[in-house]
Amino acid sequence: MNTKIQAKNLDLFYGEKHALKNVSLDIKENAITAFIGPSGCGKSTFLKTLNRMNDYVKNIKITGEVTLDDENIYDERVDTTILRKKVGMVFQQPNPFPMSIYDNVAYGPRIHGIKNKKQLDEIVEKSLKAAALYEEVADRLHTSALGLSGGQQQRLCIARCLAVEPEVILLDEPTSALDPISTLKIEELLMELKEKYTIAIVTHNMQQASRIADYTAFFLVGEMVEYGRTKDLFSMPQDKRTEDYITGRFG
Amino acid sequence: MRKRFDEELNKLNIDLTKMGHLVEIAIENMIDAFKHQDKVLAKEIITNDRLINDMERTIESRSFSLILTQQPIATDLRNVTTALKIVTDLERIGDQAADIADIILHFEGEHPYRTVEHIPTMAKKSRIMVHEAIDAFIKKDLSTAKMIIKMDDEIDELFQEVKQEVVEIIQQNSEKIDYCIDFLMIAKYLERIGDHAVNICEWLEFNQTGTMNEQRLI
Repeated sequence: MNTKIQAKNLDLFYGEKHALKNVSLDIKENAITAFIGPSGCGKSTFLKTLNRMNDYVKNIKITGEVTLDDENIYDERVDTTILRKKVGMVFQQPNPFPMSIYDNVAYGPRIHGIKNKKQLDEIVEKSLKAAALYEEVADRLHTSALGLSGGQQQRLCIARCLAVEPEVILLDEPTSALDPISTLKIEELLMELKEKYTIAIVTHNMQQASRIADYTAFFLVGEMVEYGRTKDLFSMPQDKRTEDYITGRFG
Repeated sequence: MRKRFDEELNKLNIDLTKMGHLVEIAIENMIDAFKHQDKVLAKEIITNDRLINDMERTIESRSFSLILTQQPIATDLRNVTTALKIVTDLERIGDQAADIADIILHFEGEHPYRTVEHIPTMAKKSRIMVHEAIDAFIKKDLSTAKMIIKMDDEIDELFQEVKQEVVEIIQQNSEKIDYCIDFLMIAKYLERIGDHAVNICEWLEFNQTGTMNEQRLI
């Protein structure tokens, strides 16, 4: 399996706080990689370094390298708008824009210059279908997205992310605000999407990581303690700290 | 953290140890009953087999409940699944001790323990294998487990010797056929007891390494 994203000796400081400590990790193409660990371990911080969402944080210092298809995304010549088109993100709380379902999905393509209605119609339909939402909303595309259920809103956010044709999708605890059925729908969706995209997900739900992730990395106080195939990490963890965390002995 | 879970796992271990103890008693009693042609003791083994079967159900139920409520992973998962697997072997050892006891109970006339020379050696070895396998499991002692796995070849060879002896006895005196079949069946049960002791050792290997016979199971 090819490496899509590679972090090399990544250190991140929030002021004095050393939030990521020399993290090196390969994210494989067309696979789901999960980041687990207790709150404050650095897993979300690490996720955000993958499309430079941390750039806006004050007093942040990042050293080391993150490459996307062997190109350093922290190179000063990198256009972050293009980077974030390639590496999309879905957050913990579904955050549809206060506009129609259609306009939510068309928002990204419009920003990137697509104005043709027929073309936009096609993108909206294709993205909603890929996010397994189309059937549920086909007859009300022009009604407010805020009227959707939490699970539907989150799938809409995934559709919105897919509409700009990303290569990588980053998800930060995307199901923690959802009920079990909506959670399963998102999980099923991610399993389908990995055929076309590279997916990295932060989750507090270890059962979720074991259900859907091909690879899992365990973070603890800024350190990436263990990384490997999910099945190996959850059956025979190599580091005692991983074993203690996943079996609920601390955290 | 996870106090209840640890308590439940501890109960599971205590039950496994108890069941192992009951099985060892069954084997020792079976050998005594055979040696002394003690039909009262043979009957007791058959009656007590129910206790072993009950323990199997208790451990299975406890394991299912742990899987349902705790969704064990890593070492916890291996401990619970191993418990589920080895209770079957322990229960089968108990059954085979009871099967031999049943043969002893129905002996007609004298069946001296040493008639078939290699049977006492088989009985002794199978008793050692069961004892050591259970002990290794409780102590998580992989090196003893590996030794027991090797011992199985000796029991298998002894079974071949018994077969040979039985054939010779029948050739010398064809009236002893029924009597010889009893001995042959006892030898087969002892050989199977050795196999189950090996299974316990192999599950210990899985428990400690996630592999069995060099095959990764998890």
